[in-house]
Amino acid sequence: MQTLLRTPLYDRHVALGARMVPFAGWEMPVQYEGVIPEHRAVRENCGVFDVSHMGELEVEGPQAGAVLQALLANDVDKLEVGDAQYTLLTNEQGGVVDDLIAYRLEGGRYLLIVNAANKDADFEWLTNRERPGSDVRDRSEAYALLAVQGPRSLERLGLGEAPAFTFEMGEIDGVECMINRTGYTGETGVELMAMGEDAGTLWDAVIERGATPCGLGARDTLRLEVCYPLHGNDIGPETDAISAGLGWVCALDKEFTGVEELRRIKAEGPARKLVAFVMQEPGIPRQGMSIAEGGEVTSGSHSPVLDRGIGLGYVPAEHAAPGSVLTIDIRGRERRAEVVKKPIYKKEE
Amino acid sequence: MAAAESYPDGLKYHSEHDWARVDGEEATLGITWFAQDALGELVHYEPPAEGAEVAKGSSYGEVESVKAVSDLIAPLSGTVIEVNAKVVDEPETVNEDPYGEGWLVRIRLGDSSETEGLMDAAAYKSFVAEQ
Repeated sequence: MQTLLRTPLYDRHVALGARMVPFAGWEMPVQYEGVIPEHRAVRENCGVFDVSHMGELEVEGPQAGAVLQALLANDVDKLEVGDAQYTLLTNEQGGVVDDLIAYRLEGGRYLLIVNAANKDADFEWLTNRERPGSDVRDRSEAYALLAVQGPRSLERLGLGEAPAFTFEMGEIDGVECMINRTGYTGETGVELMAMGEDAGTLWDAVIERGATPCGLGARDTLRLEVCYPLHGNDIGPETDAISAGLGWVCALDKEFTGVEELRRIKAEGPARKLVAFVMQEPGIPRQGMSIAEGGEVTSGSHSPVLDRGIGLGYVPAEHAAPGSVLTIDIRGRERRAEVVKKPIYKKEE
Repeated sequence: MAAAESYPDGLKYHSEHDWARVDGEEATLGITWFAQDALGELVHYEPPAEGAEVAKGSSYGEVESVKAVSDLIAPLSGTVIEVNAKVVDEPETVNEDPYGEGWLVRIRLGDSSETEGLMDAAAYKSFVAEQ
């Protein structure tokens, strides 16, 4: 039996009454009070997630930028020190080895925050392709990561506004951390990266400031409402970035792994596309359910905001336009859904 | 607001965490506090059709929370005479009041001797304690 890893906050989750579940090799809180109240806390106020299971890889050296530019889909040259960028590690087929956020820490030093389940594969992918003048290190064990998300998150943390996808070094109640203007919920917020030994102090401070502890259950419903893909469900090595709707992350005017294939798919038009849909009849779509028009559900759940079933799935391009009707096979019952423009949930300005 | 843990006397309990309140030739069915707590807040109830036959030990519908779906196992056999429309509209009623407003179906009993195979509240409480 494989032993599950625990973050430095494990004891705090248990003390808060969290339901702990295995996730990507880690024992993580899926919920504390309940998925729905936690989801609402983030949409309306402020929630905190322990995402210390995520991987942190550093790439350093005079050639670090050039190596990443050749391996990542987005344009690394656009990153100034202090900037972050959502990007993809792609394979020769244009498939997604991982989706990640790249941070430029110094001129020749980058941090990649990657999915927990892919960290080892990413590290191997990068080390196999590094060149003299670049060094890849796995720093995942050193760091803890807390996502503080919601319309009141900055106010509660005493932080000012800053552009999305930037970061700065700072401190929260005496704990030094990297304050990243990033997230996975569609809300204003930050992701705080601190040394693992400071994680407990930081967590306590954030809770003391009024953040609601939130588990992976709410993290999933929040990201699904705003149609952020989940690697392993909606994207993966077998699904190309263009069909996944991630063409905006692919700088097709530069050279990187798989770019020829992605240019071809873009030019010809993808045969199938990852679409968002909302159920028009009762029932909750779930991953793996088939769609009568072709394809299958890759993520599905109940939307606490819409109070309906919602999902993502790959369908033939002719059924991908908003307004198209899909028929989801919910355990033998045919239930109607409608393709909608992404995101499914958009905050009213 | 979720209800506090309870297993009322006078109900019959099935090991799949379903209860039955037998009243003459009819019975009201639902899921226990333990079942709704394990599932979390319910967001969908897929009921049987009125007039459908349900068989003891078999699925007669489904309830779902955000994360999980669960078959409803009939503790007794019979014919569905009423579906609780309030739970179809507001599934969280089951979390709030699993033995009252949160009942799921009423059935006309097929074989009233089947109740003998079910647990009483004391036996079910010991059963739950071992889960």
